[in-house]
Amino acid sequence: MTAQNNQPRTDGSITRRQFIKLSAATVGSVVIAHQTKTRALAASKVSRDTAPAMLVDLSRCIGCGNCQRSCAEANGLAPTTEQAQGLNGQNFTYIKKVELEDGQVRFVKRQCMHCLDAACVSACPASALHQTPEGPISYYPNRCLGCRYCMVSCPFDIPRFEWENGLTPEIRKCMFCYERQQEGELPACVANCPTGAIRFGTRSELLAYAHARLAANPDFYVDHIYGEHEAGGTAWLYISDVPFESLGFRTDVTTRPIPAYTWDIMSKLPTVVGSMAVVLTGAAIATQRRKGHDPDHNVPPWEREGEGEPIEVKNTQSDQGEG
Amino acid sequence: MFQDILMLGALFILRIIVPLLLVIGIGYSLLRRLTGVKLDFSPKFVTGVGLVLSCWAIAAIALILRFTNGLGAITNLTDEFPLGLWIGFDVMAGAMLGGGAFVLAGLVYVFGIERYRPILRSTILTAFLGYALLIVALLIDVGRPQNILMLRPVFFFNIHSVLWEVAMCVMFYTTVLALEFLPALFERLRWKRAWQIVHKITLPLVIIGILLSTMHQSSLGSMWLIANGKLNDLWYTPWLPVFFWISAIGVGLGMVTVESNLSSRAFKRGLEQDLLASLAKFNSYWLGFYAIARLADVVWRGKAYMLTEPTLMTLLFWVEVGLGAIVPAILMSQPKIREHKNALYAIGAVIVVGGILNRLCVSMFGMWTYTGPVYLPSIMEVALTAALFTFGGAVFVLLSRLLPVFPKEETALTASGD
Repeated sequence: MTAQNNQPRTDGSITRRQFIKLSAATVGSVVIAHQTKTRALAASKVSRDTAPAMLVDLSRCIGCGNCQRSCAEANGLAPTTEQAQGLNGQNFTYIKKVELEDGQVRFVKRQCMHCLDAACVSACPASALHQTPEGPISYYPNRCLGCRYCMVSCPFDIPRFEWENGLTPEIRKCMFCYERQQEGELPACVANCPTGAIRFGTRSELLAYAHARLAANPDFYVDHIYGEHEAGGTAWLYISDVPFESLGFRTDVTTRPIPAYTWDIMSKLPTVVGSMAVVLTGAAIATQRRKGHDPDHNVPPWEREGEGEPIEVKNTQSDQGEG
Repeated sequence: MFQDILMLGALFILRIIVPLLLVIGIGYSLLRRLTGVKLDFSPKFVTGVGLVLSCWAIAAIALILRFTNGLGAITNLTDEFPLGLWIGFDVMAGAMLGGGAFVLAGLVYVFGIERYRPILRSTILTAFLGYALLIVALLIDVGRPQNILMLRPVFFFNIHSVLWEVAMCVMFYTTVLALEFLPALFERLRWKRAWQIVHKITLPLVIIGILLSTMHQSSLGSMWLIANGKLNDLWYTPWLPVFFWISAIGVGLGMVTVESNLSSRAFKRGLEQDLLASLAKFNSYWLGFYAIARLADVVWRGKAYMLTEPTLMTLLFWVEVGLGAIVPAILMSQPKIREHKNALYAIGAVIVVGGILNRLCVSMFGMWTYTGPVYLPSIMEVALTAALFTFGGAVFVLLSRLLPVFPKEETALTASGD
């Protein structure tokens, strides 16, 4: 690019060609950067084996609603006598009643899945949603901007926003009873489950247990542990005797950790922008050399001789004359 | 009931109409004194101003409701569909429309193509106002704007967050644009020392501006890559950031045409038609390449069958790519068309509309495949967006009257307005 120093600067066509070349070079470097497959850095430093986890056996849930009521009590949410029909700022979990085609009924407990590589944590611009050292995804409201990008990013559509709050709305979701866990207590829902449909333990231990149960009853259970690989692995795991898609689970969720999809691009920015900076600086230096030294370059326009007052506004003068 | 309405009406007049009239009256007399502009109160002008002012009044009510009763009170946003028009139009499209500034500044300062200088300053002003209003829109849209003002994202940074990177870049780039525009103010005030300081740092500023623009224009696309499995496959591609960068340049240059024509008409000044035509020639190649790349990407990902499906998404895709890139690229490749003033103006407008539709498709319509058509902006959302847009226009008019934004009529103009 600097080879064309000698071109007169009035010749627009050459410089435009240079510009097109530069653009092509930039696009090209993005291409190269894209094809070099770098593995996404895992943001999470949490051990996947020892993270606290839950196993929900959907065939054992009777839909009593104890989990939801005890959740409301433990988290200081609005108490309800009726069973909630969805998640909101006052419901961190609810039981969805699903009537299957053959007339059977299943109850599906929904709440935050506590992904091991959580999309919301990578999306949050102020680190308000964060992963605790043990694994659960927790939240600092005083950092939150309320941008709601976490809601867009969540593959399970879990975070809820307080739409009726003018200045201090919060993102609301299940925090895995993190404080109770810190004090050595079980999360409220599992402590109050009467049928043993929910089990608490470390993730590796629950996965081993679930695999054993599937292997022992291959005709009864669907051969799939929902959450083992979904979204790169979640702390909440589900096993079921009816197919997950018929229960409203998203079965098209990618098995790749979702933060990788944006980190793929983000991690290349330094290379792209750095090479662009070098090219642009080179072009600027070449341009300066081509132009040569202008003794007037640091003289403001109104003091330049022979040019009068090139960019003075006309109206001002006529106004001053008027007034 | 009747008393309530009476009370509300009285409050409305007292709190909104009276202050608005006061501001307008004082503003007009100041403007007249400073610039000597006299307004002619023709019926057309009065209706126009009336429409704009009523829009501002609705926006003022919307703002009060938003900060007292929450976003739910004035928007159609829900937990299912959390980001809407303010992000899709004000932020995504607003940044895109300011894309002309970093291209022109680069051409003039980095590559030394001085002939684009006459339209540079007005382009930078357009971009600066666009970005400033983008920030205002964002402060209204986010739930806890006070945490932005307290710089929480700076202290609790998250380099994995695309939105964090966009926020930082937008913040710095708006500052860069302000600094790039400052010489106009110093020329008006004749502050020699200040002018020289800014003049000295202009070249590095321009380079930093180009880098920041490249980063956030592309990242506004990367933002949506986190919505894996949610955004429609016609738009969800790892190339989205590259397409956003390319279209920010193409549509930004289209916006330069529109803005030049609008100000030429409004201020009854000449038009730099030959500059716009030469930009259009470049843009025809650029948008042509963009359109081919968009189609090639869909085919490459094995989604070619989606291009012929009779769905709303396919229609939107073809309108956005066809009308926004293919048709303008073909038309602008014809010298006769691009040298025709009004034709180029119309093509510029089509590029801008197509570009805006692209951003709305990625951020709003493309999500409908996943959520169902659950969201369309409310009247209040539209009114606030329109209010910000017209407010930007008004500030542009005001500043271009007060400061040397456009070159003196005698220099560098070929065709005269009308």
